[in-house]
Amino acid sequence: MIVEIGHYALVLALAVALVQTIAPLVGAWRGDRALMGVASSAAIGQFALIMVSFGALAWAHMASDFSVLNVAENSHSAVPAIYKLSGIWGNHEGSMLLWVFILAIFGALVAVFGRSLPATLRANALAVQGLIGVAFLLFILLTSNPFERLWPAPFEGRDLNPILQDPGLAIHPPLLYLGYVGFSIVFSFAAAALIEGRIDAAWARFVRPFALVAWCFLTLGVAMGSYWAYYTLGWGGFWFWDPVENASLMPWLAGTAFLHSVAVMEKRDALKVWTIFLAILAFSFSLLGTFLVRSGVLTSVHAFASDPRRGVFILAILALFIAGSLALFAWRAPLLKQGGLFAPISREGALVLNNLLLTTTCAAVFFGTLYPLALEQVTGAKITVGAPFFNMTAGVLLLGVFFVTPFGFSLAWKRGDLLGVAQRLSLALAAGFLVFVALIAVVRGGPVLAPIGAGLAIFVIVGSLSEVAARVWRKGASLSVAFARARGLPLSFWGGALAHMGAGVALLGLAATGFGAETIATMRVGVPLTVGPYEAVIDSVGERAVANYDEVVATMTIRSHGQTVAVIEPARRQFPARQMATTQAGIATLDFGQVYVAVGDPNADGTVPTRLYWKPLVTLIWLGACMMALGGAFSLTDRRLRFGAPVRAKSAATAAALAAR
Amino acid sequence: MTRKGRRLILIGVALAVVGAAAGLALYSLSDNIVFFYSPSEIVQKNVQAGARLRVGGLVEPGSVVKAAGEKLDFAITDGANQIKVSYQGLPPDLFREGQGVVAEGVLEASGEFRAETILAKHDERYMPPGMVEMLKKQGRWQEGNAKP
Repeated sequence: MIVEIGHYALVLALAVALVQTIAPLVGAWRGDRALMGVASSAAIGQFALIMVSFGALAWAHMASDFSVLNVAENSHSAVPAIYKLSGIWGNHEGSMLLWVFILAIFGALVAVFGRSLPATLRANALAVQGLIGVAFLLFILLTSNPFERLWPAPFEGRDLNPILQDPGLAIHPPLLYLGYVGFSIVFSFAAAALIEGRIDAAWARFVRPFALVAWCFLTLGVAMGSYWAYYTLGWGGFWFWDPVENASLMPWLAGTAFLHSVAVMEKRDALKVWTIFLAILAFSFSLLGTFLVRSGVLTSVHAFASDPRRGVFILAILALFIAGSLALFAWRAPLLKQGGLFAPISREGALVLNNLLLTTTCAAVFFGTLYPLALEQVTGAKITVGAPFFNMTAGVLLLGVFFVTPFGFSLAWKRGDLLGVAQRLSLALAAGFLVFVALIAVVRGGPVLAPIGAGLAIFVIVGSLSEVAARVWRKGASLSVAFARARGLPLSFWGGALAHMGAGVALLGLAATGFGAETIATMRVGVPLTVGPYEAVIDSVGERAVANYDEVVATMTIRSHGQTVAVIEPARRQFPARQMATTQAGIATLDFGQVYVAVGDPNADGTVPTRLYWKPLVTLIWLGACMMALGGAFSLTDRRLRFGAPVRAKSAATAAALAAR
Repeated sequence: MTRKGRRLILIGVALAVVGAAAGLALYSLSDNIVFFYSPSEIVQKNVQAGARLRVGGLVEPGSVVKAAGEKLDFAITDGANQIKVSYQGLPPDLFREGQGVVAEGVLEASGEFRAETILAKHDERYMPPGMVEMLKKQGRWQEGNAKP
């Protein structure tokens, strides 16, 4: 019964989404306030209904109701509760339901917090959001119904895919979807601005918090996905330039470019058309990602099923929204009042360069991802475009972005002083160059990109810090004055500094992978092996039976100069329900580096095939990503950016702080 | 600076960035494209030795030989033809005789294939790109009974 209620709620949500699309559009066109008002109630209603629907599916999974096909195929009564819950989106149907659920959450957020928005803008934006909802609800109901029943009901489920039985499944997809789908709001506002033919700095102020939220979640989602792949695949790699990964990187690149250009729009009332274009682009890449992952054109662990109808349906949605929005853009963008041009040497000039580099990086990734698919369609030749291509194109372009970052962050608006900035950044430039030269000298003949990356990373980190120092500390000033200055700086400045530093930290982690060590060996119990600066030795090999799998565990001690620094347990797991094995890497985090060990099936003579890696500073990659997201969150809490809130000085202290800006 | 001058600078920089990107892409594309073949295609198309490529098929039953130093020899077959493959390292979790596999590496002059990466079939719903279609063509593909 509960399952049928869930299905019914989803059908109702579709009806409500239709109303949400049509009524406000007509209302905004006719200037009818009552019709426009429908948008908010409909958005909240749609959210409530999809929540009921999602709850029903959650109930079916938690109760292991195997009369529901989705549960029977993707769950098992012996799976721990966390995997029963995350199993909801560990399959195609359920993950699409999560997709529309998050879409509805963002719609409801605009309805609730957007009361101070101009009525027509809000109505149009919610209408576009409603239209996206209609498309995806139709997709779910027609091709991917998660509530389909199964008769007769089996006694036991087919188990969740063992690769997905990992805490990562509970975290990665929701984070990623919050990011992916969060850009839908930005898209909807862009479409609304085009429909109205009007856009101004206020628009940028409304949209920026949403873009920031989406960007923070997307950053975390991509980083989490990368860490999950790193520890679960047993290859020691964290980024494979796999189409599915690229699908999440492209909206991130476009979204990052958007965040920077919308800042220019807010401050300088320029780059309007370009910002709108980026808003469309970011969400288009989200849709493209959904298509690549969900349609079955790619075969990967993310593509759960390959029903050709689904691919065609999502392709239709993709074409409708991308072509529709670009047509709208071509038709209406000339109406938007152009902002002024500006001096090339200025913060806005640097941000334009940032935008150019980020979008070309995005284009390179796009090309490398889709070229093989297109070629196969046209000529039938099957090719893969591997990591070297992406490193040479997207990698090199991104290094360019890193080089520009500190300059942009330090330049003043309107008319910057490049010489002054170079002076201010001289310490950072020197530090970065020193690191680069030192690394080149130490490792001759290694990959060139690694020392360059490390040098740039130091440049960005020190550059961000010296900008903070320059803002806080003036010659001869006392500590208390510096402290007061630091407090007076807007949170968005601190957010920017932290995010840029985070990018530098992540790059440092990436560059450090060039200095790691890798050994593949057949290990004997008790015989030590050197990996990087450490020594690894297998103490014992044992077997263990856990809830729904059995595992062979090697207990391994990691030593440094004879001292034990860590004990890890790399394992091989056997899942009887699906007759599958997975590798559980043993990872010892030592300072910021990691010793990473994956074992194979033990041989008959008791030896164990082992793959060992020493990865210096590798955790910085994900720590840096977390810093970036935290920086985004800092900017978000800046009251100047608070969604639609009028600026109110509550106390003398904040008034002074505001005056100091 | 005049409006026109500023616009020219903007356009110039944009062209430079896009041009550099296109140059990089074309340059690295020529080296880094890897084609996918079945063992029969390697025989028929007379693929040159030294070329970097992917070979896909089934692991020939009885062909897997493990040697010291994590060396692994096996053969990939598509039913009609087969190719010998040597690999240094640990095979993936699902590498088994009679199972689907894709090897990426270099074809040597001896006709043997030196694999640098091996991708194996994950479960009935996951196959490396190119596998399914190839097996279908040869009539060796059985539609996975996904629904119990």
